[in-house]
Amino acid sequence: MLSRRSYYIYAAVLIVAMIYVYRLFQLQVLDDKYAVLADKISLRKQTIYPQRGLIFDRNKKLLVYNEPVRDLMVSVPFQIEGIDTSLLCELIGIDTTEFRERLERAEKNAYQRKAVFLKNVSNKIYARIHERLFEFKGFFFEIRQDRNYKYVSSAHVLGFLGEVSRSDLESQESDYYEQGDFVGKKGVEQFYEEFLRGEKGEKYIYIDKLGTSKGSYQDGRLDIEPVDGNDLILTIDIALQEYGEQLLQNKMGSMVAIQPKTGEILALISSPFYNPRNFNIQNRSEFYGKAAVNPTKPLFNRAVSAPYPPGSTFKPLMALVALQDGAINPGTHFPCPGFYRLGGRIIRCHGHPSPTSLERSIASSCNTFYCHTFRTMMQLDKYEDTEAAYRSWYNYLQSFGLGRALGIDVNGESKGWLKDAEFYDRMHGKGSWIYANIISLSFGQGELGFTPMQMANIAATIANRGYFYTPHVIKSISGVDTIPSKYTEKHQTLVEEKYFNAVIEGMKLVTISGTAAHVAIEGIQIAGKTGTVQNPHGKNHSAYMAFAPADDPEIAIAVVVEESGYGATWAAPMAHLMIEKYMFPDSTTKKQYLEERLMNADLIPEKYKNGN
Amino acid sequence: METKTRIDFISLLLYLFIACIGIASVYSATSEQGAFTLLEGRSGRQLMWYGVSVFLAIVIFLLNSEFFEVFSWYFYIGLMLLLVAVLFVGAEIAGSRSWLKIGSFSLQPAEFAKYGTAFAIAAFLSHIDVSLSKRKDLLTAGAIIGIPAVLIILQGDAGSALVFSSFILVLYREGLTPLVLVLGLTAILIFVLTMVIGTGILAGIVLAILGVFLSFTYTNKKIILPSIIAAVACIAFSFSVQYIFSEVLQEHQQKRIQVTLNLLEDPQGAGYNVNQAKIAIGSGGFNGKGFLKGSHTKGDFIPEQTTDFIFCTIGEEGGWLWSAGTILLFTLLILRLYWLAHRAKKKYKRVFIFSVASIIFFHLTVNIGMTIGLMPVIGIPLPLISYGGSSILAFSLLIFTALRFDASRDEDLQSVFS
Ligand SMILES: [Zn+2]
Repeated sequence: MLSRRSYYIYAAVLIVAMIYVYRLFQLQVLDDKYAVLADKISLRKQTIYPQRGLIFDRNKKLLVYNEPVRDLMVSVPFQIEGIDTSLLCELIGIDTTEFRERLERAEKNAYQRKAVFLKNVSNKIYARIHERLFEFKGFFFEIRQDRNYKYVSSAHVLGFLGEVSRSDLESQESDYYEQGDFVGKKGVEQFYEEFLRGEKGEKYIYIDKLGTSKGSYQDGRLDIEPVDGNDLILTIDIALQEYGEQLLQNKMGSMVAIQPKTGEILALISSPFYNPRNFNIQNRSEFYGKAAVNPTKPLFNRAVSAPYPPGSTFKPLMALVALQDGAINPGTHFPCPGFYRLGGRIIRCHGHPSPTSLERSIASSCNTFYCHTFRTMMQLDKYEDTEAAYRSWYNYLQSFGLGRALGIDVNGESKGWLKDAEFYDRMHGKGSWIYANIISLSFGQGELGFTPMQMANIAATIANRGYFYTPHVIKSISGVDTIPSKYTEKHQTLVEEKYFNAVIEGMKLVTISGTAAHVAIEGIQIAGKTGTVQNPHGKNHSAYMAFAPADDPEIAIAVVVEESGYGATWAAPMAHLMIEKYMFPDSTTKKQYLEERLMNADLIPEKYKNGN
Repeated sequence: METKTRIDFISLLLYLFIACIGIASVYSATSEQGAFTLLEGRSGRQLMWYGVSVFLAIVIFLLNSEFFEVFSWYFYIGLMLLLVAVLFVGAEIAGSRSWLKIGSFSLQPAEFAKYGTAFAIAAFLSHIDVSLSKRKDLLTAGAIIGIPAVLIILQGDAGSALVFSSFILVLYREGLTPLVLVLGLTAILIFVLTMVIGTGILAGIVLAILGVFLSFTYTNKKIILPSIIAAVACIAFSFSVQYIFSEVLQEHQQKRIQVTLNLLEDPQGAGYNVNQAKIAIGSGGFNGKGFLKGSHTKGDFIPEQTTDFIFCTIGEEGGWLWSAGTILLFTLLILRLYWLAHRAKKKYKRVFIFSVASIIFFHLTVNIGMTIGLMPVIGIPLPLISYGGSSILAFSLLIFTALRFDASRDEDLQSVFS
């Protein structure tokens, strides 16, 4: 017979066993937090970055391609035992203090139990360390795709990549982006991000406590293959673009060339520009700061972001609006004594034959003609008052894409300046302003500002005799049949086709006997209009807009050269050389002296150079 | 009656089953660390130790039971000398000087000390004149158990020394007054309460209980003084626990106790091992992740995962089924051994077999309790499963000697009646 004490001992064994079995049931079956914790600790999601889409010019010349960058990663928490830290420091060229600092930072920023230890490891360091990496348990490389560029050109169009920002991460609708991902920051890189980026892949692996891979999770069933991004073909003609950049070097200004029949942007130049290679992920930190504080603002895309008063380049459009509105007709003449008297005020013109016809008013850029025209329009009987007339004028301009963003596919687009009637109501009081208050609008001064993109679009619209397509740099996207539909929609202006002839005739005269005749290009009939834009801060801006050939236009262009002087001196010859380059891409210009003079001119005012 | 040497197959099967789980677990816990077959690395060495165990088992069964009985004290004294020797010539590993290097192997005499002590206590208690109700004999028994425990503490291996408290169960079975157990359990209760609520509140509670108790029994004058003394003793003990805890114990020991009592959240420090162990076991779920598929085990997140924390591998890869099953196997083995002790006809054999069962019971309770967060972290192996030659050999010797004694129980019967 068992003693009572033996029973107690048997009972004790059974009780312990039951408690433990129940406790295990609690840990293993009832409570599922441990499974989650275990995966969190021993599972790592590795992101496999796809190849970002390549970017080509309109002639399929490769502009942008991928280049791997390697980040040296560290597993967190990091186990320092058994690692020769001084050797590692020597190999990657840091000291032990920095090593400790980087480690602390990594532990603070860890995500998925890993963090970047050293960003963008150079090829030299990579070559030194990667064969010995096994000695440094817990360290590994992650490869991402950075950009590189075939041409030192088109930086403003192409944009650049950057690490996704905290605010972008918080505001994204899907949860596609993770901290540290690269995302298009400017230009087409930003605008076509969703096409270019592709789809990231995912690979789940088990890791040990040193962060070393221990094989795939669930035999890779959850892994996702990355999908490479779509390639882009741009409308940019890289040869024309580079040529324009040469013309604009050492100047502050901008050029935009558009194919009128399609709205395709052939060249989009803002100067000063920057070397896109300096702005890829690997190099940007070195160059960005300097560029950002440069007083000539090389990061600023003047072509789409900077509104300038159009000056006299506005006159053809003013004439079109007045024709359509019935204020003038193609046979209208106004006398020009060399000035226009407005009460006690004198608006100066310059010497040319008088009276002036519509065509001659464009060719000679007569201010008086347009003052008369504007006054006539503002006082037409069909309008109740100046305000009603102004509203009509405003609507015409809006139909040319002015006073609003055109909707191009390069970021940073400015609306320009075009004030509505309410603006003048506020300024002068309702009903108490007349044509005299706003007459300088008639020759493109005052509260009027167009971006070079808008000016080029006006040129294209006139070239098309009344319609335009929203300018764009996308020609096609691989794997996608169409480009965004807004770039294939025709925008009809409020000016009928029949009114364009007289104006275009006048613009032709500009390059035959007018303000740009001295830089006419043999064999191409160019219709153009010069502009000399008053600049209260310095020398006048030189402006020009044109299209060619005048009767069957292939290219429309606008050029602005800041603080340089007359439109006829700088902008007009540059635009003409661009047109020539585009029309005859394979032959060198006969105006080599002109080309040289333009390319070599340094027109950046001293104040910006000495500035800090 | 027929005399036959028969081994108890139930125990033997349980032993083999547990041994297989052990080898598989050690293999799984190390298969990623350079040893890729069962026969290499730690699992291979574990197999080798089992081979040695089989050899020892055969030797034990070839020997006469009386041989052990006669040499009991020599075993004990020999092992005590070894424990002393370790203090002087032992190799220091992980802060404790408890290893003897013999060629390329290291042996841990502390593991074998249990074996010698079981012989000595069996020999002592089976002596015809000895009774645990006699103070002198009780002190002698205490000394037999205490000497190896003290020597092992001197080696710096408090966990292995604690194992000797399992002999209290043996003494209890053989007539030790239950007061010792009651006192022991009360001491543990006061210790835990002191840690959790502090001496001040504890003293208040004790005094309140005393007041209530006395208000009901004040008529019985005989009870008043002892109960006051008991209350004062409790409070005094609590104070001394507080004092020992804060003044005597080292910081890592304090932390281990606090983590176990959930007084300290410190998953990266003292609680790291237990936390990782709980995560590994808890993530096993009902079925487990499958043999060799434990991500936590493979990831080397659990320290000592082939030795003290081997149960994590079973819990993670085998889930509740295998971990509860392992506890079941151990429980059956322990109960079977207790039963074998019970059916022994000689007191010497009974005490010995009972000691073996109690030692295994203690190891099981403390080791698994530690991995599932019910016991403080005390570094003792899980019998037959944890990697380690000394531990495997010691437990094999204990179990096979017990089985040897059981196998010859019929002879004892004969000798009694002849
Ligand atoms: Zn004039």
